[in-house]
Parts: sequence; C-alpha cells; structure tokens
Amino acid sequence: MSSLEIIILIPFLAALAIWMGAPARLTAVVASTVNLLWVLVLAVRFPAFKSATDLAFVNKHMVLDNPSIAFAVGADGVSMIMALLTVLVTFAAVWQIVDKPSMYHIASLLISGGALGAFLCTDLFFIYAFHEVALIPTFLMIGIHGRAEKDQRLAVAWKTTIYLGAGSLVLLAGLVWAVIEFSGGGKLTFDLVALRAQAAMSPLPATAQGPLFFLLLVGFGTLVSLFPFHSWAAPAYATAPTPVAMLHSGVLKKFGLYGLFRIALPLLPAGAQVPWVQQALLIMLLGNILVVGLVTLHQKRLDDMLANSSVMHMGYLFLGLAAGTEIAVKGAILLMFAHGISIALLFAICGRMRNQLGTLAMAKLGGIGSHAPFLTVVFAFGAFASIGLPGLANFAGEVMIFMGAFANGNPSSTFIPAQGLTSLHWTVILALWGVVISAVYMLRGYRAIFQGTPQTGLFMSDPGSGQWLPLVLLAAVLLAVGCFPSLLLDLIQAPLAPIATP
Amino acid sequence: MSVFNLEALLALLGLFVLLLEAFVPSVSSKALAGICVAGVAGVLVLLVTVAGGQEALPAFVGAYHQLDSLAMFYKAFALVITFFVLWLTLEASPYLNKFSLDGKLGEMFSLPLFVCVGMMWMASAKDLVTVFVSLELVTVSFYVLVAYTRKSALALEAGVKYLILGALSTGVLVFGVAWVYGATGSLSFEGITNAVQGGEVNKTALLFGVSFLLAGLGFKVAAVPFQMWVPDVYQGASTPTTVFLSVGSKAAGFVVLTRVIEALTVSGSMVREEVITVLSIAGAVTVVVGSLPALFQTNVKRLLAYSSISHAGFLLLALAARDSVRVDLSPGGTVAFYLATYLPMTVLGFAALIQMRLNGRGEELDDFKGLAQKSPSLALLVTLAFASLAGLPLTAGFFGKMWVILGLVDQQLWFALACAVIGAAAGFYYYFRVILAMFTPEESTEPFRMGVLARAVCMVLGLTIAVLGVYPKPLQTLLAKVPAAGTSASGH
Repeated sequence: MSSLEIIILIPFLAALAIWMGAPARLTAVVASTVNLLWVLVLAVRFPAFKSATDLAFVNKHMVLDNPSIAFAVGADGVSMIMALLTVLVTFAAVWQIVDKPSMYHIASLLISGGALGAFLCTDLFFIYAFHEVALIPTFLMIGIHGRAEKDQRLAVAWKTTIYLGAGSLVLLAGLVWAVIEFSGGGKLTFDLVALRAQAAMSPLPATAQGPLFFLLLVGFGTLVSLFPFHSWAAPAYATAPTPVAMLHSGVLKKFGLYGLFRIALPLLPAGAQVPWVQQALLIMLLGNILVVGLVTLHQKRLDDMLANSSVMHMGYLFLGLAAGTEIAVKGAILLMFAHGISIALLFAICGRMRNQLGTLAMAKLGGIGSHAPFLTVVFAFGAFASIGLPGLANFAGEVMIFMGAFANGNPSSTFIPAQGLTSLHWTVILALWGVVISAVYMLRGYRAIFQGTPQTGLFMSDPGSGQWLPLVLLAAVLLAVGCFPSLLLDLIQAPLAPIATP
Repeated sequence: MSVFNLEALLALLGLFVLLLEAFVPSVSSKALAGICVAGVAGVLVLLVTVAGGQEALPAFVGAYHQLDSLAMFYKAFALVITFFVLWLTLEASPYLNKFSLDGKLGEMFSLPLFVCVGMMWMASAKDLVTVFVSLELVTVSFYVLVAYTRKSALALEAGVKYLILGALSTGVLVFGVAWVYGATGSLSFEGITNAVQGGEVNKTALLFGVSFLLAGLGFKVAAVPFQMWVPDVYQGASTPTTVFLSVGSKAAGFVVLTRVIEALTVSGSMVREEVITVLSIAGAVTVVVGSLPALFQTNVKRLLAYSSISHAGFLLLALAARDSVRVDLSPGGTVAFYLATYLPMTVLGFAALIQMRLNGRGEELDDFKGLAQKSPSLALLVTLAFASLAGLPLTAGFFGKMWVILGLVDQQLWFALACAVIGAAAGFYYYFRVILAMFTPEESTEPFRMGVLARAVCMVLGLTIAVLGVYPKPLQTLLAKVPAAGTSASGH
C-alpha cells in the first residue's frame, strides 16, 4: 500500500468516524494534522523517490480489465504541490471550526479527501470520480448552513450544484473522447500515464486537437469559473460557511486547472495554439480579468469582494495555459498554490469578522486595526499577496506567467519586435491592468475596514486560544514561498519538460 | 435437473401458497411470506448450482427455450428482485393491511411468484409466441397486484389505468407480431434474423410490423411516447408493487427488446439503420421527457416514477449504440449491467419510503426533513442510493451511465449524447432535492424506529451500491460473456 493511498483514505475514514459518533473536532484536527505532516515528509523525500516516469509513490489496483481502469496513485511534482496546498488549507479550515455542528467537520474532510484523491490518482476515472465526491458536501453545506436567508442560500446552492454538475458531465464526455482517441485502437484504458505515452508517440494533427481541447476547456473551465461560465462562483463563496469557502475556492477549484495542465495539455500539446481555440481562450480569460475585475471594484461587502476577486484571478492562470510555454506553465502552477493559500487566509479572517461584527458592509466598518492589530497584519499578508506584492508567493507566479506569455508569445518562440504584436501579446498587455484593478479594490477595502476611526458599537478582537495558529501558518507559507519560490519550483523540474516544446 | 424445471417448481409453489391462503385461513401473512421467500431463495440457489454443469435441454423444450448467459442472468435477476419485493411486502404489511379488502395480503405473496415465473420464462424465449405468453403472465399478475390495495382510491385509479393501457399495448404488440410474421414468415428470432439478412422480405410490411412491435414493447418499458401511465400507476400502487414494476417489469421488457433488436439489427439487416435511428431518438427523448417533469415533483414516489422513465431512456440509448465494442459488453450486456446496478438503488430508495410510512410519515419531500438527525445510518444509505441514481462516480449507478455515454461518443450519436447529458444534469437537481431535505434540520422530536431485519437488508443494499461503484469487475466479467443472440441458440 502506497503512502498516497493512506493519505487519501484518512479524511474519508475520519469523516466516517465522526458520522458514527467520534468527537468531531478532535478527530478532524488529528486527521488533518497527520495528513499535513505526512505530505510534508513526502514532499521533502520526493526527489529521492522519483522514478524514470517522474512519478513517485506509485501503486495500482486493477478495478476493470476492459476498459482498463485501476485505482492507481502516483505523485509527480505538480501533484505534490497541489497535495501540499490541500493539506495546508484543510488544516487551517478544520482548525478554525469552533462550536459548530459535526457536519462542518465531515464536509471539510470529505472535500479535502476528494481533492487529495483527484490530485494524487493517475487514472482518469478516479481523478474524475474523486472530484465529484466533493459535490454533495459542498451542496449541503451551502444549502443548509449557508449565511444568507433560506431562499437565497438554496438558490445559490442549486446554482452551484447545477453548474458544477453540468460542467462535469461535459468534462466526462471530453475525457471519454480523449480515452477513445488515445487508447491507440486497442483496449480502452483510463491510465493517464499510458494515454500520455500514446499521445507523445503518435500525436493528433494540430488542427484536430482543437475541438477536443475546447471541449475539455469548457468542462474543466466551468469548474474553475472561467468566464462566461463563472457566475456560480462568487455567490457560492460569499454564501458558503467559512471552511467550505476556504476549501472550495482555495483547493477544489484548482482541480479544473490541474486537469487542464496535467491532462489536456500533455495529451493535446498544440490544442491551445490552434488559432480559433486560442482566440476564444484569450477572450474568455480577459473576461475573467477585466470584466470580473470591474465587477469586483463595485462590491460593497468584504465577502462579495473576496469571492469576485477569486474568480478574477483565475484569468492569470488561464493566461499561463494559453501561452503553454514552460515558464508560463510553471508560473501558473506556482500561482495556483499561492492563490489557494492567500484566498483561504482571507476567507478565514472574513469568516471571523462576520461572526464577531455581524456585518461585512465596508461602509459600516472602519478602524478595526486599533482593536485587532494581529488580524490586521495577517489580513495585510493575504491582501498584499493577492495583489502580487514582491516577497509574497503570488508575485513570483504572476511574473513568470506574464514573462512567459510575452516572451514566447510569438509562434516562432521568441518575441521579435519587428513582427509586431500577436493577440497573445495584446492579451498580456491588457491583463496587466488586472494587477492595477486588484490593487485598487484590495487597498480600498483594506483602508475602509482596518484603518480610520473605529465605528461605535463595533468591536473586533484578536483571536485567542490557539486560533491564531492556522492564520500564522498560512501567512508564513506565503512569505516563505514568496522569498524562495524554488522551494516549490524545484519539485516540478522534470514533469513539465514535454510541455515546453509545443 | 434441467434449468427449465425451476420455473415449474416456482409456479407450483405459487399455486400451493394461493390454495393454502384460501383454504387454511389461520396461516399468518408472515408464514406465507416466509414460505415464498424461502422458495425463491431456494430456486435461486438451484439456479446458481445448476447453471454450472447443466444438461442439454430435451428437444421439445429446446425448440422454444434457450439458456444462453443472458437468459441465465435475467432469470437470476428475476429471482433476486422477487425476493426483495416479497421482503418489502412483508415489511410494509403493517400499513398495507388496512387497504386490502380482507385486511390480509395473501395474494400479494403468491402473485409475485407468478410474475417471476413469467420473467424467467421470457428470458429464455426464442420466439415471439413464447415472449407473448410469458409477457401476459407477467402483465395479468400485475393487473391484480397494482389494484390489490383496493381501499385506497389511488390504487384503484392506478389499477384501472394499468389495465386499460396494458391491454391496449398487448393488442398493439400482437398486431406487430402478426405483421412481422407475415413479412418474414417466421416467429422465431433466428428465423427473423435470417429473413432480414436475406432481402426477400417486403420492407414496408416489415417496418410496419416492427413499429407496432416496438410500440408494444415501448409501453412495457415506459418509453416516450408510451410513458403516460407510469406516474399515476407508480404512485397509486402499493410501494412493493411499484418496485416490482420499476425494476422487474422494466427488466422483462428489456430482455425482450434486447432479443428483438439483436435480431433486427444483425449485420446486413435491411432495417438496421431505421431501427437504430428510432432507438436513439426514442431513447434521447425519453431521457429528457422523463427528467423534466421530475424537476417539479414534491412527492418522492412520483419523482422516482419519472426518474424511472429517464432510466429507461438510458437503457434504450445503450441498445442504440449497436457497434460500440470498446467496452467488454455487448449492447445487451450493457443493458443487463445497468439493470443490475439499478436494482439495489431502486429497492433501497423505495425501502426508505416504506420506513417513512411505518413511522407515520408521508412520501412528500417535507416528510424527509430531519431524517439525518433521527436515523443517521438510514440517511447515509439513502444518500448513497440517490447519489447512485443520479449517477455520481464511486457509486454503482455511475458505471452504467458511463458505458452509455462511452457508446454514444464512440458511435458519434451527438444528439442522443446531448440529451443524455441534459437528462443526467437534471437528475442532479431532483435527486439532490431529496438529499437536501434529509439533511435539513427539523425541530420535531419523534423518534424514528427501524427493525433489525430492515436495517440489515438496507445495509446490504447500500454496501452493494458502494462496492459495485468501486469494483464492478465481477459483474462485468459475468456479463462480458453475453454473446449476440443467434450465435448462442444451443446455450453455453
């Protein structure tokens, strides 16, 4: 039995134990701590364990012979990073649940287990299946424990579930198509490693990659809130209970991008470069950055603003996909990690503020910095990271994406000024304005909430009794990765090599 | 002992129970149920043991009876669903009693045995006359079963509707059989196969007959546009009978449909294209038409009736993807696989409805509120069943849907694929509504009681769903051997 299998199982077993009556908080905290430490150890030892196929900790149990489906686990650098993100956010999310029904713990653990399974399996069937597992807990938590009035939160829960359900069915059709296409005429196989080997050996002609890539883009994209399939995300995060908002926006949403980078791109390396697909992708990602960015500017409440900003930042990640070069893709993976940590940190603080203050309308808040200096500093870490301040993790990722996309945007692989600007270059230029937009809304929000004179009747205290721990942990990770991005980038040296030559 | 004796054995047992109930009034329902359940279980054991090393059939039976693996599978399927229906009837008897004329449920235990005999015989049919006779045995028994709880007005309404439409569909079916016989000169599937390959047949007459044949069978499996009877009948009939209709009757219709379609779409057949077109359109429309009304139901039983129509659509689409050989299953095998996964989740869903009634609750969505607080284990199992009905991965229901989608992608039936996706997405909504209701907290403090036996059976059903969702290999291997009809006339 591989360590990875145990890591995937632990959250599910813990959830089952709580359902059967085990003490909720203790079980959940122990399970998430064990997972956190274990994944950390694996990540440290990962370079030593890597095999020739760049997968480590591989194990496989056949489930079906024809078509060949196996419960196969294995980690490459990207999965390791995503697993790290998952356990970090899970730990923080579970730790900050206090005095809530045990369903909070169960749902958090199930979402976490689903995400770990999706990131650590190497069989398309289980990658897909584990992601779906998280659908029911998300739905129930928003529908039952969401923060709005009953009708409103039910509407949000349904919208989210139907968007995600329909998106994953489109995705299923795309994955099945890919399986049929790349099984090489013989027995169908869902083994991603075999499919990628086949795709590398006899790739599809470039123009034929377009339709399938587009189908996968729509399927995965819906799960990542790609414009124009994004309208479920902001209300869902604003309404969801804190741990679900942290886990979904921080971790689970990254599954769609993970799938695009680990499944769509290796199988269809030229797919994103087919002109009509690329044009469509560029327009959609600009929709994320600029349209949703402007929407975010107009939000009057902190949770709405954070939720929309989370949708907006997905645009940069898609820019990395559209560029498809090694630097851009690595940057995107780094940014996936960084964004997950920073948004989880912000949602954690936001949830705490809602509990204490009872309102998140920015017009009614102010001067919290004088009551709660600790929270103010930690929030600043998250907010500045999210803007892309150098020294915090997001900066490295964003810079790599912009550089990668601009430098290698030209089809002949380097930027030649005499040949003018391609549409990718124009997109980068427009996308850069997104950084300005984020700075405007984040700083404005920060000033409105934490600075100025304290409003009468509003009091916010710093967290006591160990509640500071998850916040400090996440902020420290942001700082560490921001100063030493190579901590993570070194993990993904090899696996992305085939992507670099589209 | 030859396998076909099992049907005779079961029929005799049915007659015995019927007479016992009539002439020995002191026998309790429980005893009757016990005899029937034991009989069905015994026959199932015999079937499994006999299936290993069976003798050749005597010539006079072999002419109209075949024992290929498809037949064996559906025989076992009929026995299993009958077993569960008998258990559900026994479970529901405390409240069903009140609705029958004499306050007892005698025939509700013996009639399922006759239905089972009909289904088992039908699974082995080699010609349309045998199909018709066994189908009638099934249908006539159902006429009684549906209306058995006569003091309920809904059940009477259901009985009348089922009787009229059932009789009509039988007429349509016979009409079709007659035309097919006229066109091909044969009633056996083998003869029809040869005739449609030969090209000596008047195509117009054959198509005319085939359309009536398919319409008649469409009634039995509730395919659009012959699905109108389903919601009222399913809702009105007593819950065990509804389960039987939803699983057993549907399986019976599909085993016949599998045989008929295999005969008509054999390679080189003159009506192949037409039949496939009709199947894919009917299947696609059935999925959508079944799903959309389900979105607005507040009665869970009625909701399950509409969802059952939608599932029939998926089964038709499985048959429509004729040439998809990428999965280890023939189209008929895919149907059998789908039905085998459909059985535990449907039985579990309806068993929950019976438990609700036993606890003095209704069958409305609101009655499910707070179930997760009062009976966490039942709520968990029902969640599993409904997730499986919705086709969520890691539950049994997913594989059936995935094989259908895989076949449609492989055969490039894009319209059908789009409809299947829409239907499945709608399914997320109406099945999740029930799950949401169960997990919504409720103030009431009435306890929720469940018998030990009910708990155990539900647990077994839930485990089956979970295990098949992760490890479907045994079932797939069992069905992978299902060969195309015509090549298997001598059994295996």
